Formats: sequence, structure tokens, C-alpha cells
Amino acid sequence: MNIIGKRKIFLSISGVLIIASIAAVLIFGLKPGIDFVGGTMWQVRCQMSDVRCQMSAESLKDFFEKDLGIKNITVFPAADSSFLIRLPHISEPEHQSHLGQLKAKFGEIEEIRFETIGPTIGKELRNKAFWAIGLVLLGISLYIAFAFRKVSYPVKSWKYGMITLITLFHDVVIPTGLLAGLGAWRGIEMDTNFIVALLVIMGFSVHDTIVVFDRIRENLFLSRDRENLSAIANNSVNQTIARSINTSLTLVLVLLAMFFLGPVSLKYFVLIILVGTVVGTYSSIFVAAPLLSFQKSRV
Amino acid sequence: MKTKPIFLLIIILLSAIIAGIFVSPQWLGAKYRPWRLGLDLVGGTHLVYEIDMSQVASQDRDSISGGLRDVIERRVNLFGVSEPQVVSAKEGDSYRLVVELAGIKDVGAAINEIGMTPLLDFREAVPPTNDQQLTTDNFIPTNLTGRYIKGAQLDFDQTTGAAQVDIQFNDEGAKIFEELTGRNVGKPLAIFLDNALIEMPTVREKISGGQAQITGKFTVDEAKKMVERFNAGALPAPIKLVSQQTIGPSLGQESLKKAIYAGTIGTTIVMLFMLIYYRKFGIFASLALIIYIALTAAVFKLGITMTLAGIAGFILSIGMAVDANILIFERTKEEIKKGLSRLSAIEEGFKRAWPSIRDSNVSTIITSVILYKFTSSFVQGFALALLIGVLISMFSAITITRTMLRVFVKKD
Repeated sequence: MNIIGKRKIFLSISGVLIIASIAAVLIFGLKPGIDFVGGTMWQVRCQMSDVRCQMSAESLKDFFEKDLGIKNITVFPAADSSFLIRLPHISEPEHQSHLGQLKAKFGEIEEIRFETIGPTIGKELRNKAFWAIGLVLLGISLYIAFAFRKVSYPVKSWKYGMITLITLFHDVVIPTGLLAGLGAWRGIEMDTNFIVALLVIMGFSVHDTIVVFDRIRENLFLSRDRENLSAIANNSVNQTIARSINTSLTLVLVLLAMFFLGPVSLKYFVLIILVGTVVGTYSSIFVAAPLLSFQKSRV
Repeated sequence: MKTKPIFLLIIILLSAIIAGIFVSPQWLGAKYRPWRLGLDLVGGTHLVYEIDMSQVASQDRDSISGGLRDVIERRVNLFGVSEPQVVSAKEGDSYRLVVELAGIKDVGAAINEIGMTPLLDFREAVPPTNDQQLTTDNFIPTNLTGRYIKGAQLDFDQTTGAAQVDIQFNDEGAKIFEELTGRNVGKPLAIFLDNALIEMPTVREKISGGQAQITGKFTVDEAKKMVERFNAGALPAPIKLVSQQTIGPSLGQESLKKAIYAGTIGTTIVMLFMLIYYRKFGIFASLALIIYIALTAAVFKLGITMTLAGIAGFILSIGMAVDANILIFERTKEEIKKGLSRLSAIEEGFKRAWPSIRDSNVSTIITSVILYKFTSSFVQGFALALLIGVLISMFSAITITRTMLRVFVKKD
């Protein structure tokens, strides 16, 4: 397969996806989850037997705003005819009183999940998440520096490292754009789970790229015609493509099973890792080596 | 040459079978040591309390925090849930108490019980100078609080028959009480419960021995409840609920069922893929995967409480566990193409694939260690499961697959 020859097509696909993702983040924004800013996430549904239940996203929103006088509330329909209600942080007595009024209005209801987080805890969790992101980035950069520590010819080592970081950016930005879109469409928020998913993606992304680059360096070392970087890069990608795809595919198969059959509460966490894994594999095959082959003329 | 791998293979298979029986939710394993499941799987609540230390001298704070933990633990044990967890934590300057109640039915009542633990304190009264009403400004808090109570019992007034609560201070408390009453002879001393004035008797004489009575106007039930709470211990400092995560029992059970179902289907598809793509090698990879799952599950069962996040990490690690096999088989194929015999191609494949297997796991190990260090309970379960999974998979993919191949692949 002539990947380097068609590099412009492959890089354009990535470019479009990245621009679309950044646009999605700018237009829709990322909604911070309750674990980062404090707030309440409340999932309720009518008891199955109660057929008179008039619960809907609109009626719930209306009820909370007019009857309870709570502002800043959003309601989204969730799995098994339940509803997710997002409101500011409330105390336990308030929770019980709201619950009582909800029951008076809609009949017997089941509380599937109730989470409320105070603003101080939110701030702490946010700080911890930033620390985790920073440390993972640092750890991965050190790992990249270690992986490419040997001087190489004709492409300088640091260029491999730079491109690895570019693919890392690529693999993180696209799922983030997806999250922004999901936020607008389904009210999905940027919470701790999302950060964890991004960090997991970072780990996978870097490794895939390193496998391809290792092969390119090995082939450059063995080759007599070192100047023909494009051909060598293309050969290397073709040699590693089967295992790049297969190692990701096994993970993708498991993630697909989790997405379609697994617990609802993990659905979007799994989706983000799934998309990250797919774009990560794409970038290690169709972005990393093509970008490297551009470097040649400037050596 | 062939005896050693066979011997090793038998050990591996035996330990896998033992592990399999051990982790099975139905047979012997379940009977003697059931799985410990987190509250996101059985339903329950995770509560975070902030301890108000503003009235506590800074050198006493650690001991107050520990004492508070013990008191809450005694209270929580009365709820009858299995293995309640009460952990104190320090976050910067603030002290926290994390309470986990798995499988509790009425979370609202539990929160009430925990929070309602009476906060008792004695205050000196400054009578108003003119005809003003008594306000909280008229009371000066003393250092005699519920933390010095040794025990309490229900009693009835000899003449009126009204319920009253007798409290007994410990030695330290008795001393403070003696000093306090001595200082206030002829003056009123106020008793506050949960920051509300319940009575203000006038001190007639210095009281030693640490005995005190709260008469108030209690019903018998109120007095009984109060005694129960005092005996569990009064809170040495006020607490405030700052975060609550409650998972209904139906959601938890459904999550568990779905996660196991999805994990099983996912594993089956991965094995089918390995069989179709790598044929005979795929058989060994699939067998190694099953052994991997049994061994890893056994490690989890021995060491940690399984949460939904933990199961997610485990299932993710299943998807990554065959990666090492893929790297080895692809390398072996290359070696066969180069003209090596099957057997030496396999040995060469293992040898050459090892650096990339090691490297491929390094970044995941970095991520999971950092996640474990820098996050709270739910994410920690995920990170720990992923870390353990990756470490065991490195062993299983190399040792188990190689042993099987050495035993079963004939020289040609």
C-alpha cells in the first residue's frame, strides 16, 4: 500500500477532523461536570407499575423551576425511561424535601442515582485532574525522550519525538471535539471519567507511534540508500501495519462489546476511549510516517 | 529438553484451574470467600464530610479527627450494613471523613443518623444587663463538650417522673466540670445540644465526680435515643456533608450483570478473531487469555474490593492482553519468511518481540500509576485494575504462550 504517496489525502482527513473538533469545542464549549465545579446529578424514574406517570424532560424542568424555584437546571432523558437532572449543589434536607415534592407530583418514583458535590470538593478534584494530566504528559514526554535517545541519521532524534507529540495532540483533540458535540446533543459533561479516558488514550497513542518509528529507524540503519526516506518509511509502515491494526482491533472489539452491551454509566467513557484508540491507530499509520517523510527535504 | 516445559505447563494449568474455582461466583470459591463488591455494584452511598475544626486548637486536630472517625464508625455499625467504611482524610488544611455504606436501603435516614449525633456543650451564661431577651451572645462557650462523655443512661425524675439523661464525664471532663461549676456557683450554666439551648440550671455548688443530669423536657423516646447516641459517642467537632454519591440497588446490580456480559462477549470475539487470523497460534493465544483472566481475577479477589470502574479496567486489560501475542506472532511470521524453521522462528519471534512488548506497556503503566496516585476512590479502582492487568498480561503472554508452544509445536 502506498501510504506515503497518498500522504496528502490521509493528512487532509486528519486536518479536517482536527479543525472540526476545535470548532466544536469553540462553538459548543465543554461543560464541566459536577465533580469539577460542584453541583447535583440526580437520576430518577417512575416506578414501572405506575402507568399514570406524566414524567418528561419538559415536565421535570418545569416542576423544578416553577414549583421548587430552582434555576440553572437541565434535564436529559436517560436509559430505561429515566431522567437525568442536573442542578446546583443541594444539602441532604433539601434533597429529601425535593424528593417528597417530586413524589407528590409524579407518584412513586425510584431514585436510581443521586450525586451532589460541594464547590470546594469540586475545586480539589479539578486541581487533582490538572495534576494528573500534567504528570502524565511529563511522564510520556520523558518516555519519548528515552525511546528516541539515540542519535539517528538522516532524521534527527528530536524530530521523531516532536512528531510523536503531534500525533498525541491529534489523538486527544478529536475525542475532545466529540465530547463537545455530545455535550450539546446529549448533555454529556467533561468530568473525571473523561480526563481518565484521555490519559488512557495518551498512553496507547504514544506506543503505537513508537512502534512505527522504531521500524523506520531500524530500516534506515540497514538500508544502503538512506536518502530515499519516503520509500523506507512506506516499507516500514507496511511491515508494521498488520500488527498496529490487530493490536488495536482486539481492544476495539472489547470496547465495542462494552459500548453496546455494557453498563450505561460507562457508555461515554468507553466511547471516548474507543474513538481515541481508532484515531490513535490511524495517526500512527497515516499521520506519523507521512509527517516524518516531509522532514527529509529540510535535513 | 521437552520434560521441563511440560512440567511448567502442568503447574500453570493447575494454578489456573485453582484460580478459576476460587473466583467462580457459584462453587466453593463463593462459599468460603465471596467477592467483595463496591457500592457502585451493590448500591449504596459514598459520603464525604468536612470536619469543622475552627473551634479546635491546631495541635489537637489530628486526635479530634481520629476520635470523630471512631464515633462515626460506632454509629455506622448500628446500621447493619456489611463492612461499612469510615476513613479520615486530610486535604490541605481541611479535615475530611469519608463514609461508605454499601447495600444500605434508606440513605436519607442513615445520613440523618450520622449527622444528628448530638453535639453537646456547656456554656457560661452572661445575664443580660437590662430587660433584653437572651440571645446566643449571652453565652460564652467553654471547653467542656461531648467529647469528654464516658457514658450516659436513661433515668426518671423521682418526683415528677419525667425522663432525664444522666451523663458521666471521663476523668479529664470531670476535672473541667468541677472547675467550671466551682467558678459559677450561684450563676446559671447553659447546656446546648446541637447548638440549641436545652436548659440553663443554676449551679448550687461545685460538683466533683463528673456526674451531670440533663432534664430538659424530653419524651421517653427522645431521652432513650439521646442516651444511645451519647454512648456511641458525641461528636467532638461539628461535621458537614459536602459530597454525596448514592447508587440505587437496581442500577448497581444491572451494571454488574451488563459488565460481566459485555466482558464475556468481548473476550469471545477477541478469541474468535485470534483463531481466524492466526489459526493454530490463535488456539494458544486464546488459551493463554483464559488463563490470564482466571489468574488476574484471583489476584483481584484476594486483594481488592471490585468496583464497576475496576471491572472496566479489567475488561480493558483483556483487550490489551493479547497484544503481546500479536507482536510475537507477527514477528514469528517474518522470521518464517526469512527462511527459519518453525521452531526457531517462534523462539526468535519471542526474543525479538520482547523489547516492543515491554515498551508498549510502559506508557500504560506510567498512566495508571499516576492515575492511582492522583485521584479518588472510583478512578483508583480503575487504575489499579489496569495496572495489575497489564503486569500479569506481560507474564501470561510471554511465559504461558511460550510454554504451550514449546510443548505442542513439533520440530519440522
